[in-house]
Amino acid sequence: MDITWFVVLSALIFATGAAGVLTRRSPLVVLLCLELMLNAGNLALLSFSRMLGNQDGQIFALIVLVVAACEVVIGLGIIVAMYRRRLPIDVDQMNELRG
Amino acid sequence: MSATGYGWLVLAFPLAGTLALALGWRLWPGRAAGWIGSAAILGSFAASLGMLFELLDRAEDSRSLVGTAYTYADTAGFRADMSILVDPLSVFMCLVVSGVSFLIHVYSVAYMTSDRGYVRFFAYLNFFVFSMLLLILAANFVVLLMGWAFVGAASYLLISFWYRRDTATGAGIKAFVINVIGDVGLVVGAFLLFDGTGALDYAGVFEEAGNAFGRNDGQLVAACVMLLVGAFAKSAQVPLHTWLPDAMEGPTPVSALIHAATMVTAGVYLIARMHPLFELAPAAADVGAVVGTVTLLIAATIALAATDLKRVIAYSTMSQIGYMVLGVSVAAYGAGLFHLMTHAFFKALLFMGAGSVIAAMGGVQSLDKMGGFRKAMPFTFATFTIGALALAGFPLMSGFFSKDEILAFTLNRGGGYVVLAVAGYLASGLTAFYAFRMVFRVFFGEPVPEARELERGHLHHGDPANPATGEKEDTEVGFPGPEHHVAEQAWPMKAAMAPLALLAIVAGTLGIPGVTDTLEHFLEPTFEDSRFLETHPSESSEWLGLALGGGLALLGIAVAALVYLRRPGTALQLRERFSTVHTFLSNKWYFDELFDAVFVRPMAAFGRFGRSIIESVFVQGVLVGGTVGAVRVGTSLARAIQTGELRAYAFLLVSGLGGLVLYFLIVSV
Amino acid sequence: MLFEQLLFFVAGLGALAGALGVVLIRNPFYSVLSLVAHLISLALLFLLLRAEFMAAAQVVIYAGAVMVLYVFVVAYVGGSDEPLGPEGGPLRRIGPLFAGVLFLELAIAVVGSSLDALDSTGPEVGASFGSPGEIGRLLLTKFLLPFEAASFLLLVAAVGAVVLARKRRGLEEPDDGVPTLSVADVLREEGAR
Repeated sequence: MDITWFVVLSALIFATGAAGVLTRRSPLVVLLCLELMLNAGNLALLSFSRMLGNQDGQIFALIVLVVAACEVVIGLGIIVAMYRRRLPIDVDQMNELRG
Repeated sequence: MSATGYGWLVLAFPLAGTLALALGWRLWPGRAAGWIGSAAILGSFAASLGMLFELLDRAEDSRSLVGTAYTYADTAGFRADMSILVDPLSVFMCLVVSGVSFLIHVYSVAYMTSDRGYVRFFAYLNFFVFSMLLLILAANFVVLLMGWAFVGAASYLLISFWYRRDTATGAGIKAFVINVIGDVGLVVGAFLLFDGTGALDYAGVFEEAGNAFGRNDGQLVAACVMLLVGAFAKSAQVPLHTWLPDAMEGPTPVSALIHAATMVTAGVYLIARMHPLFELAPAAADVGAVVGTVTLLIAATIALAATDLKRVIAYSTMSQIGYMVLGVSVAAYGAGLFHLMTHAFFKALLFMGAGSVIAAMGGVQSLDKMGGFRKAMPFTFATFTIGALALAGFPLMSGFFSKDEILAFTLNRGGGYVVLAVAGYLASGLTAFYAFRMVFRVFFGEPVPEARELERGHLHHGDPANPATGEKEDTEVGFPGPEHHVAEQAWPMKAAMAPLALLAIVAGTLGIPGVTDTLEHFLEPTFEDSRFLETHPSESSEWLGLALGGGLALLGIAVAALVYLRRPGTALQLRERFSTVHTFLSNKWYFDELFDAVFVRPMAAFGRFGRSIIESVFVQGVLVGGTVGAVRVGTSLARAIQTGELRAYAFLLVSGLGGLVLYFLIVSV
Repeated sequence: MLFEQLLFFVAGLGALAGALGVVLIRNPFYSVLSLVAHLISLALLFLLLRAEFMAAAQVVIYAGAVMVLYVFVVAYVGGSDEPLGPEGGPLRRIGPLFAGVLFLELAIAVVGSSLDALDSTGPEVGASFGSPGEIGRLLLTKFLLPFEAASFLLLVAAVGAVVLARKRRGLEEPDDGVPTLSVADVLREEGAR
């Protein structure tokens, strides 16, 4: 298979994830969509790694995986904390940072 | 010790005195501070004598020495050293300044006894002497400017010495502002010279000036005129003279020291020091000569009508310095400096005598209220009269030889200078008149109550009041102290006045035409490059001039005697007869009003304009308002973005990413 | 070759379907499951790209550990359905449009990048390409510093998560009206309160 296919597929997944981030209201699902986008990035990294025959890209992807894991942990921690304080779990109602 | 070593010592003594007095002001009990200050100046005088003897030991053509302590600044094309120049001129000035200063210090020891600012006074006084000596010994323009500015500052401090008096602080500010005008002139002049010659030290400037500038070169004339502005401001020449009469607000020793004997002669010294430049730029020298003549005439006429004893002497100072400026401007350097010296003696003496009289009057300075002190204060009467005789140019007194030598030189230059000389002779008659107007009105006539009291051995104690306005005053710190005045009863005052009286009589022997030329000969090494060194008026014409001057002096004294002694009512009659002239003179030719109209009011109007238009409209409106508006718009934009909604941030993020990709797409195409 | 193509399309469609499922399904619990399917499909694609270690890590770490965490949290928070309708203002309505534009842009960028190798299957690589051994060697030699940094980041994130999710009195309602009785109260003398 040509590398092009993989890259375009990664773009498609990325756009899908972006659409989810922009439209969904539950922070849980927003986090999931962020995972989608990160994975799309991973796919692109691995594709280019394959294209160049260089394994450095795979290390990059691994680091992205680590960052994604961290982000999930922190994001879920925040959601749990919000739940504990009985705050609405809704992105549209979280606007306390208004300037 | 070398001559320059003595020169540094001359500076070190008063500086050490200043620091010891200023920093240790709590330590000195009673009169100790006064004696410490006097001792410092005496040390300075001794070191000046050391310089003199060192110079006399040397050959005449090697009597100009430069001593450098360290390099003050050294950059590309610019070098300024902390250096002093020891040559006959500076040694002569040092001797005059430190000698007269010492006597005035001794006088002050008694005169200022009861003042609460006793230590402060001597600290200032020592600082002034240090500054003046620095000015004199400077070997380049940088050090000269330092001394020049220090002298102005010291003068301000001393004029405003009684700082609780509004009139005194006002006079101090006036003096300082006018002095700063002079400082600026001096700086600009030095810049112009540096621009042309690339040097800052005197030797370098004089050496290069001949190559860099042609005769009467525009830039050189401009530079010299700027130097003259500096000289005029310090020496109270028209039109920068108005501060000097007001400076009489300071304590009388200050008037004697700064505003008669030393500081005001700085301008004369400057012109003499810069004589190679002025000889290259005769146009500028002529400006000096004309201004000097105008000043001596105007000041002499104002002195006729002034009623404040100290102000009369102040105007006579202006007038006499006008003679000196005329002298050094017409290249009669020896004569001008000769007069500088004799004037320092008799004018300091006159001020001391005036201080003594004012003391007896309990602070009153108006001539109208004085009279008949002859019997009450015989010592003061004798010394004051000697001073007045010298001032008037009475034959064989010191002022007689020095003043008339200047006029003889001026006459000798011929051409337009004859007019100046005639004006000078005219003013010398006026000088004799107003000098003896003072003597007759103070010491002759009916004794006033204060004089009678003093005759019985009591000192009059009036209520402390400001002599200028008559306002009642305290005797607290910042005012003249209680029992401030001791008349002539204290021995240090007499000890200071006696030597000066002696000098006022005999100092003329240093330069009797055809008999002695000690001073001129001593100064010759400094002025040997002068084109006019050999042009002397013939002996006979000098004696003729002396006869003329002496005759005028006698005439002036005679007229004064006629008006004030024989027919005491004449003065009033004259005043009524010529009331317009009198008003004009007693208003000091309306110089203050002229300045007020020409400078002060337009500046004030400009300031109001600036406040109403520039400040409120431009600064407040456009600059401040504009900045505030811009910040408001910016913040409201930033606030609009900061909605706090996660989705909006996500949109911004994604559009940023999209924009970035788009940018790369466009760039790569 | 044909097998590879077949595998790509199957796995690619699976990944896409999983992604769409995450975005479109209203119940968060099913969204998570959809993401698991997406991740497993993605692991297959990784295999096609000769990234064996990454594929394994994807399945074990992501589809295994991380997703379990999600499931727990969804269960804890109580994943209620959320309306999909356009209620979040105009921004929410144009969200899909925005994503479409982004995809077009990225596609143009990829296709128009004129990278020669993009239209190939890539160079021949050895059998050990992307194997755990190779990756491990790289991690402990060339990328030792990023590796250590990543481990440190994980540690920080773990501590942060514990701090965030810890039960803290200060953060909660100070007094929920339920009377509490502590040991200290019991031991205190009568009337001392």
